Amino acid sequence: MDWLQTLAVILDSTIRLSIPLICAAMAGLWSERAGVVDIGLEGKMLIAAFASAVAAFVTGSAWAGLGAGILAALALALIHGFAAITWRGNQIVSGVAVNMLAAGLTVILGNAWYGQGGRTPSLEGAARFGELTLPFAPWAREHVPILGMLYDEVVSGHAVPAYLAFLCVLVTAFVLGRTRFGLRIRAVGENPAAVDTAGISVAGLRYGAVAICGVLCGIGGTYLAAAQSAGFLPHMTAGRGFIALAAVIFANWRPWPALGACLLFGLLDAVAIRLQGVTLPGIGLVPVEAIQALPYLMTIVLLAGFIGRATPPKASGLPYVKER
Amino acid sequence: MSAAPVELPRWADTALVPLVSVAAALLVAGLVVLGIGENPLEATALLLRGALGSAEGIGFTLYYATNFIFTGLAVAVAFHAGLFNIGGEGQATVAGIAMAVACLGLSWAPGILAVPLAVLAAAAGGALWAFIPGWLQAKRGSHVVITTIMLNFVAATLIVYLLREAIGKPGSMQPETPDFPAQAVLTPMHQLLAPLGLELPSTPLNSAFLLALMALVAVWLLIYRSRLGYAIRTVGANPRAAAYAGISPAAVTMIAMAISGALAGGLAVNEALGVQHRLVLDFTAGYGFVGIAVALMGRGHPVGVALAALLFGVLYQGGAELSFDKPTITRDMVVVIGGVLILFAGALDGLFRRLVAGVLGMGRKP
Repeated sequence: MDWLQTLAVILDSTIRLSIPLICAAMAGLWSERAGVVDIGLEGKMLIAAFASAVAAFVTGSAWAGLGAGILAALALALIHGFAAITWRGNQIVSGVAVNMLAAGLTVILGNAWYGQGGRTPSLEGAARFGELTLPFAPWAREHVPILGMLYDEVVSGHAVPAYLAFLCVLVTAFVLGRTRFGLRIRAVGENPAAVDTAGISVAGLRYGAVAICGVLCGIGGTYLAAAQSAGFLPHMTAGRGFIALAAVIFANWRPWPALGACLLFGLLDAVAIRLQGVTLPGIGLVPVEAIQALPYLMTIVLLAGFIGRATPPKASGLPYVKER
Repeated sequence: MSAAPVELPRWADTALVPLVSVAAALLVAGLVVLGIGENPLEATALLLRGALGSAEGIGFTLYYATNFIFTGLAVAVAFHAGLFNIGGEGQATVAGIAMAVACLGLSWAPGILAVPLAVLAAAAGGALWAFIPGWLQAKRGSHVVITTIMLNFVAATLIVYLLREAIGKPGSMQPETPDFPAQAVLTPMHQLLAPLGLELPSTPLNSAFLLALMALVAVWLLIYRSRLGYAIRTVGANPRAAAYAGISPAAVTMIAMAISGALAGGLAVNEALGVQHRLVLDFTAGYGFVGIAVALMGRGHPVGVALAALLFGVLYQGGAELSFDKPTITRDMVVVIGGVLILFAGALDGLFRRLVAGVLGMGRKP
């Protein structure tokens, strides 16, 4: 049963590493499906991680941290919306600005408030999201062969925001695919003029999508600081926002495949950590960097149309001008 | 809320609007300073004294400005072709790798041969790393923005791997190459000017600064006075019209990106060949992203880029001095100012044009 234990551990860390990606990918999905390109996912997660760590430290409650994280990411999302929707600015430029703002502000404020080189004091006890043991998990491990062990190791034992992330995928898929609001969001990303003609506010829908994007980034950032780690470290998102963006492209802007891509990238990450210094038979020592670079390389290859086609929403990146 | 494009006179458009966005960005920075319990005016005074108050300060300021001139020009050239190159970091990284390989392989060569070859290797490395997204956009239709982001990360992992496995200093735990051969590095400015009777304090300012000034002139000649520059600007303004006029947008996209990447390589020249005399991990230190702010503020014009680069040089050097006196205000303030400037001068351009027009009493509905 040694291999099973190894498999379970890898799958468990796959899920842990995927959670921030899943949140950010769903966030990007909402924004881009509504026609607002968002390369500021990274920045929004970063500021959420910082705000949640500060709030959780001050109040001693992880839930307050979650609230603060969501609010901080929402604020940045609305700045992006203000530039991209109201003032029809360049959405990519605005996204770059959001990333830089978050990277700078978190370090400055963290340093000024706590004087530990930008990190926040470590969170303990109720200030951190603890691991949730699902019902029957220890019992299943004892009594159900293989599946029980996987249930206990992989499915159970994650923090609340982790389960929240999976719930977000479910809700995103349902709302975007099966509700009137979702249909309108998708329509505004494909053909805003048609939505406008139907008498529905293009700006209103886009602001809605951008706000949802902010909330989801907030959950992802909070998970990083208050569940995965115990506190905020400078630049702790470390490119996860961009990996999430890659996952969205990979999934052709659809929720379930995006979840799959996030889990795949999480698995790569988990395997990379596991393979450090391990010699594989026939291949030799695999450089960890090669596996780390794989999601980026895969996205480039995919975008070039070598493995299938990436088709973004038609109006993505285009500000809507009523008079046109 | 409907922001119809506002017509402004040219002087207001090229000078006043960027100036207003700089002022607004500094105001936001001032609020942040206020928010962490320091006096913004005192901070400004300390910053300016640190950057411009001494010959040493000015040397450091110009050294930082050199980096920003290169990365700013890189973004600006791509902008003229309608391309948004956010891959300056990755391009400079690969440029640094190519340059380090050249430098370490040229230990036998005299400086007069090794230095130009090292600079060319940097330009070639940067050009190659930018040509890939250019080619992918021109031939395969993948957007340059996404591919340059992805290539930034690929370059970042590549340099970690190479410094550890291939070109790193043997026996060193630090991720860095061995020192470059002594004859194959750039001369510091204070040594260069000493024979002319100028006594300058020792600063990292080196002859890469002269290279940056030449790059400014070269880019101006290229964009505004050459056939290729005309093609680049035409493609940037309207690719379909350019194609109709017999210009190949695909070719221009690839060439403009390659030039842009080569310019980003200047960052490696200044940092590694000019100052550190070896390649270290993370030598790009976000200069590539600040280059976006420099190019946006400078409106893509070399004169504007030079002024914006100087401003950021002041902020960087002044910020470093400031953080000595006020440990709460770290140099990351420059990143915040850069971010706000990118937001104001790039994405919220319409808002600022409207504000300026309002103040000037223009752009009113008849």
